[in-house]
Amino acid sequence: MNRVIPLQSGAAACDSQDRAILKERGQREVFCGLTGIIWLHRKIQDAFFLVVGSRTCAHLVQSAAGVMIFAEPRFATAIIDDHDLAGLADANEELDRVVDQLLTRRPDIKMLFLVGSCPSEVIKLDLSRAAERLSKTYTPRVRILNYSGSGIETTFTQGEDACLAALAKEIPRHAQDHPAQREVDLLIVGCLADVVEDQFSRIFNELGIESYAFFPPRRSGDIPCLGPNTRYLLVQPFLTETARVLDDMGAKRIPAPFPLGVEGTEAWFVAAAKAFGIDPNHVEKVIAPKRQRANLALERQRQVLSGRSIFFFPDSQLEIPLARFLHRELGMQLTEIGMPYIHRQHLAEELALLPAEVSLSEGQDVEKQLDRCRNYRPDMVVCGLGLANPLEAEGLTTKWSIELVFTPIQGFDQAADLAELFARPLVRRTKLAA
Amino acid sequence: MKLTLWTYEGPPHIGAMRIATAMEGVHYVLHAPQGDTYADLLFTMIERMNKRPPVTYTTFQARDLGGDTAELFKDAARSAYARFKPDLLMVGASCTAELIQDDPGGLAAALQLSVPVLPLELPAYQKKENWGAAETFYQMVRLLGKDYVLSPGEKRKPRPAGLPPSCNILGPTALGFRHRDDLVEIRKLLRQIGVRVNVVAPLGAKPEDISRLHEADFNVVLYPEVANSAAQWLSKNFGQPSTKTIPIGFNATRAFIEEVCTLAQIHCDIDELTKRSRARWYALSVDSTYLTNKRVFIFGDATHAIAAAKVASQEMGFQVVGLGTYSRELAREVREAASQYGIEALITDDYLEVEQRITELQPELILGSQMERHIAKRLKIPCAVISAPIHVQDFPARYSPQMGFEGANVLFDTWVHPLMMGLEEHLIGMFREDFEFHDGAAPSHLGHGHQRTPANEASVASEPAPVPEVAVANGAPVTESVWEPEAQKELNKIPFFVRGKAKRNTERFAIERGLPTISLETLYDAKAHFGR
Repeated sequence: MNRVIPLQSGAAACDSQDRAILKERGQREVFCGLTGIIWLHRKIQDAFFLVVGSRTCAHLVQSAAGVMIFAEPRFATAIIDDHDLAGLADANEELDRVVDQLLTRRPDIKMLFLVGSCPSEVIKLDLSRAAERLSKTYTPRVRILNYSGSGIETTFTQGEDACLAALAKEIPRHAQDHPAQREVDLLIVGCLADVVEDQFSRIFNELGIESYAFFPPRRSGDIPCLGPNTRYLLVQPFLTETARVLDDMGAKRIPAPFPLGVEGTEAWFVAAAKAFGIDPNHVEKVIAPKRQRANLALERQRQVLSGRSIFFFPDSQLEIPLARFLHRELGMQLTEIGMPYIHRQHLAEELALLPAEVSLSEGQDVEKQLDRCRNYRPDMVVCGLGLANPLEAEGLTTKWSIELVFTPIQGFDQAADLAELFARPLVRRTKLAA
Repeated sequence: MKLTLWTYEGPPHIGAMRIATAMEGVHYVLHAPQGDTYADLLFTMIERMNKRPPVTYTTFQARDLGGDTAELFKDAARSAYARFKPDLLMVGASCTAELIQDDPGGLAAALQLSVPVLPLELPAYQKKENWGAAETFYQMVRLLGKDYVLSPGEKRKPRPAGLPPSCNILGPTALGFRHRDDLVEIRKLLRQIGVRVNVVAPLGAKPEDISRLHEADFNVVLYPEVANSAAQWLSKNFGQPSTKTIPIGFNATRAFIEEVCTLAQIHCDIDELTKRSRARWYALSVDSTYLTNKRVFIFGDATHAIAAAKVASQEMGFQVVGLGTYSRELAREVREAASQYGIEALITDDYLEVEQRITELQPELILGSQMERHIAKRLKIPCAVISAPIHVQDFPARYSPQMGFEGANVLFDTWVHPLMMGLEEHLIGMFREDFEFHDGAAPSHLGHGHQRTPANEASVASEPAPVPEVAVANGAPVTESVWEPEAQKELNKIPFFVRGKAKRNTERFAIERGLPTISLETLYDAKAHFGR
């Protein structure tokens, strides 16, 4: 069921709808939504993620996390074995036992996500019922939610979307029933590094928007409350489901480009300020020094990146905003921008800023896309971990896209950091060639 | 269902990938959903390989499940065959595809490709990575060797006079723990003994090489987890005996040479071969006295764990207080080994159980896998890695075998380095009250010494702000700037490994501009100014 309504009017929408998009269907070299756990478990600091899946899922999460980072991760896998496949009633009992074992080991956990996987979906293990059943046992000590991060349903960052959508359903709608919770006018939706959240907080305060909250909250108990006129602003382009849940609850999305680069960040704040009727002169006064400082910092990277060509393999869904930033602010030439999927409505403002001649592709057939990439011979290739070293070995310079998800890149003061992530591989190649 | 924080082994199709990736001229078509392609990064990132594993995934999605996933498989197999032109096609399913029961073997057979197709049935909900590797290798050896099998009662032809004895080396794979370097070391050793290597498999072998395995006089089994079942089949069908000794450690390498000489029916001067070994002398040297009876806990794959226990006990003079493995297939062997040290083996694939045992035993050194490295870090116990699963740093650029005499040297270094050196230990005893030489001080070199304690972390975070002696009013130049509390707090949000640099840069920036205090804005102005 697709409830996304295509935009009917507006230059941006027309522009994006006129574009030819190459749609491909073949081998996809992307992570599945389970991988979102790697940053989500650090972001929501009292939550635990229990994947209900196979040995492959466990192996994936630990391999993608780089097995050495956390000695005691806040994620685990309930590995389905052949006994569970014999009968579903058993699988539910088994799951209850595992959850009990886990919560006994980690009494500090306040929120538990049961995360569905490919095998749990295929055997139709009903995790939403399991979450309900377990909630009865553990409320109020632990809240138990569920979502799917399976590879048959989700790609990489969609896992965050699915998780936040589950969490969004927990947002209370009427403050009078929840006196302990804060009713907010503005909800900022999507995972940001703490340092970026703090910067954004200061800017919102300076702008004069004081009733706001970040979602997800750092602690599960700090979920804000929606008010009658709450509006929300997405920080990530992959939050389709989360936005839908919020829409259904009556919150209104503020359409905006994403806060990547100086231009994107400014447009994002301006959109918020406009929604709250803030005087444009005041907005300019707040933004101008930050814009100026960020542009100054960008100058150095522009010298490295300007005129260089870049090719994006689909990965994180950040490709379009990144390409927009690299092209417009740093002068890079765009060849192909691959995306796992394109949400035309959420990306309308971004697409309007892209040059008309750039190739967009959706989905993937990795072998054919590699052929096109080799044909372009771009100065830089953005790709996932499986492709990066093989492409380097072919003499191409790559930027592994994982850093774009794990590094603070949003906002004015991170614009130069973001540019530097792209400049570094080029600088390195030059250095080593010398 | 089993609760797992970390797993020691991947699913069995990862084992099959390790075989396919090790070889040349092989391609693997894996019926698998999106996301299972993560496996590529094991090879390209962890092993830093410069090519992609030769695997095509069908990457079916939920919407395909109602339709024809079988057709999707056939398309993928057809186009992979056309693109890669392999000499052998492996086909199989990952855990999810196993549930939808499409039978990749049957579907591939229906395509009537003009190369051998190896269908793999690897039960993902019962078996694991090493089993998958062994089964894949065994099935491949059978498929490609079946035409040369001796008839019942037929004897192996004697080696023609004048030809040197020959062997195959079996077991090294992609993503193996130091397999590449072990292979170099063992090849060298065999050449010195006077034994010719017929085929090395699977690492570097082509399918046609696998069909030549029967030509050798015997097999050298380096990694029983992978090669045992194939070696048994070769022994049964071609009368090829195989080695049993794993040449890890000084003593075992000598025993291995003796075993090879017996199988090859030749003589060699073992003492001459061992002359260059340093490990033995280092262990005897006086600085090693402190190693006596250090209590060591060992866990890993069975082959490396058994070998490590032997070396630790007989060649390092440690006391083995714990020995275990996650390789259930070789549990009996590990139990036997443990009984020699008067202890009971720990056979488990549950990370939490291993942690529990280590906590109880409180050893002075852990020899384990990447997982034990986590445990050691938590418990602040020195640790060296002896077995998979491993991390990118366990694929060192330098030559670093585990096997042969050079391997013994490597073991000595890597096991002893996490510990304090002998003289260091003495100094600590002597200067117990010295603030730099106390019991809690970390070793002076890399490894455990890198660990940050809460105490030194705090000192970085809250260095006292410089005293505000700056006389701005009288026009004297600013020589020091004071951090405003808010800016100081912001600074502490910067990761510790760049925090020092950010702090210095900001202060320099402030002083250059004559700013007496460092505000949040100064911090970010400086950040923008210096970039990285």
